[in-house]
Amino acid sequence: MNSEANLTRPAKVLVTKIGLDGHDRGSRIVAAALRDAGLEVVYTAPWQEIPTVAKLAMEEDVDVIGVSSLATDHLLVPKLMKELHKAGLDYVKVIVGGIVPDNEEQDLLDAGVARVFHPGSDMADIVGTVQMLAGEAQNDTARQL
Amino acid sequence: MSQNEQFALPGFEDWEAAYNKQLPDGKTVRNRSGIEVKPMYTPADWDVEEYGDKLGFPGTAPFTRGIYPTMHRGRTWSQRQLIGLGIPSDYNKRLHRMLKAGTSAISMIPCNSIYRGLDADQIDPVLLGTCGTIINTVEDMETCLDGIPIDEISTALNDPLPFTMLAQVLAVAERRQIPWTKITGTANQSDYISHFVANHMFYRLALPGSRRVLMDHIEFAREKVPNWNPMSVVGQHMQQAGATPAEAMAFTLSTAIQNAEDCLSRGMELEDVLTRFTFFFDISVSFFEEVAKFRAGRRIWARIVRDRFGISSAKAQRFKFHGQTSGVDLTRQQPLNNIARVTAQAIAGIFGGLQSLHTDSFDEVLSTPTEDAARIAIATQNILREEAHLTDVIDPLGGSYYIERLTDQMEEEIVALIDKIDDLGGMYKAVESGWVQGKIGASAMAFQDRITHGDETIVGVNAYQVESEVELPVQPLDRPAPEDIEAFIENLADYKRRRDQSAVDRALDDLAEIANDNNRNTFEGVVNAARAGATQSETIAVMRAELGFGQPLVVA
Repeated sequence: MNSEANLTRPAKVLVTKIGLDGHDRGSRIVAAALRDAGLEVVYTAPWQEIPTVAKLAMEEDVDVIGVSSLATDHLLVPKLMKELHKAGLDYVKVIVGGIVPDNEEQDLLDAGVARVFHPGSDMADIVGTVQMLAGEAQNDTARQL
Repeated sequence: MSQNEQFALPGFEDWEAAYNKQLPDGKTVRNRSGIEVKPMYTPADWDVEEYGDKLGFPGTAPFTRGIYPTMHRGRTWSQRQLIGLGIPSDYNKRLHRMLKAGTSAISMIPCNSIYRGLDADQIDPVLLGTCGTIINTVEDMETCLDGIPIDEISTALNDPLPFTMLAQVLAVAERRQIPWTKITGTANQSDYISHFVANHMFYRLALPGSRRVLMDHIEFAREKVPNWNPMSVVGQHMQQAGATPAEAMAFTLSTAIQNAEDCLSRGMELEDVLTRFTFFFDISVSFFEEVAKFRAGRRIWARIVRDRFGISSAKAQRFKFHGQTSGVDLTRQQPLNNIARVTAQAIAGIFGGLQSLHTDSFDEVLSTPTEDAARIAIATQNILREEAHLTDVIDPLGGSYYIERLTDQMEEEIVALIDKIDDLGGMYKAVESGWVQGKIGASAMAFQDRITHGDETIVGVNAYQVESEVELPVQPLDRPAPEDIEAFIENLADYKRRRDQSAVDRALDDLAEIANDNNRNTFEGVVNAARAGATQSETIAVMRAELGFGQPLVVA
């Protein structure tokens, strides 16, 4: 386990795909790697609606949401961030993995995405980042209220 | 030949001793399909006396050396680049430019919303036209094909079942008074099995309905659009999803067997149908393995057609295939390196004897390909053909001890998998049970592990990293202009007001009725719906309602 991650319980992460695309090799591999590293993983099939993702995040009480986007579905992520805010889930950290053009990465970060992982990312880096973010989410005082 | 005979080759033992002395801890090398690769091959690895049985000559069974007598000397290959972006007029402009640049056949990639069976007024506009062209109606198809002689040039449609795009093309042909007999090309995405197991992008109907709708499509095409290739069996999705090259070939051939058997059950004349089967494969950067995969695949298919189906016609035994260089091999790191990867992949496909080739643009890992990058991808093909003279000799690697041995070994692997699938009751059942999905998932994980552990070197990813990346010479592609998308949505609303709504309603009601009658052909109904002015979404919605839709089986 990542020693920097200030976890009070095992990290819980939702791995999902929103929008129209169905390429799921990446999301499946990342989900398996997270599970192998001891994280609790909630995995969905592709094509989720944004309100469904927010609802699932709340019901499953996850710390982190990982959105995989291989086509252009990352363009919807700012709307997911708004939906999470509306649902009072600001403490949930969101990461995006897949094909995100450089000139659109900043838009995602500006919308509140914690990190964007590109193809060829180191799996240990992904796992460590998720754990660190989960620690932050678990210790977010807003969440305790 | 036995291993002992190998030692009979004069000098072999000396070489082996010298090799082991200089490389005492030489590692075992395996290709992606798991076959151990030796440091050198000799006449002991391949018996030339088997030439007639195993190789023969190009254009004769078992077609190991190629399916036509002249191969790339006679006709090179179709340069079929995938294109599709924005609104129909954008597509049309780009198509005209690409035809001018040397592309020799049309391909058409619709927007992802269409794969999901949704029209422009049903999804978040921010996604529209970002991955393909928005084509909802016959009018959209007319705009796409404006000024394009569809009776002279072949068209490949990324058109999953129930084949609304082909229905639109046929309706356009009618409007232009072009007989359907002049429509040539391929239904690139007719293989529902590959969609179900490996590419949920094109997934539209549940398995049983898909099986029937494909048969309807093949039957209709054989009767009314005789120069259309209604069946493209796709190994590309499976390999992209993680299947090894041997697995991808085996699963594809088992799918072809399943479809051939289904055609027989429907009472179609198999010999006639098989002449219209085509195949579509991924070409990875694992060079020799890919060449051997294609050579083995041709040989196995010819034998399946001859022995399993008892068809001796060479035309039916020919394994015609389109190759696409593998996007999974490309890296975001040092993206210009991808040009070198695509070049190696393309050479493997050419030496593998393909009939049609798509080369990926180097920027495909960054975004939907830009036009400049797509031009380099086409130039790569032209350079390989014109400057590197790759087409001067047919099957130039044939007779290489290594390639012939590897072709035999790949064949053994592939045939063993096909046998296993036969034991499971055929491809349909193997997919229904999740067995195939499990194999693909396990291979994807195993490959990722090899990268993680450094057993597989990826330049710029787990080796040869650089401090600063080269600035890309081309800018990332702009997204479609919001005002164009807005105008498209408005135009769709206007189209719905203008059309004869009662004719649309009648056509859709008829389609529902046809879907519920197994003795009728659903594609008739789909074509009628397109003619009457139904949108693709309205048509697909009826099919889903009648034939069922469910999430594809996800096997962890």
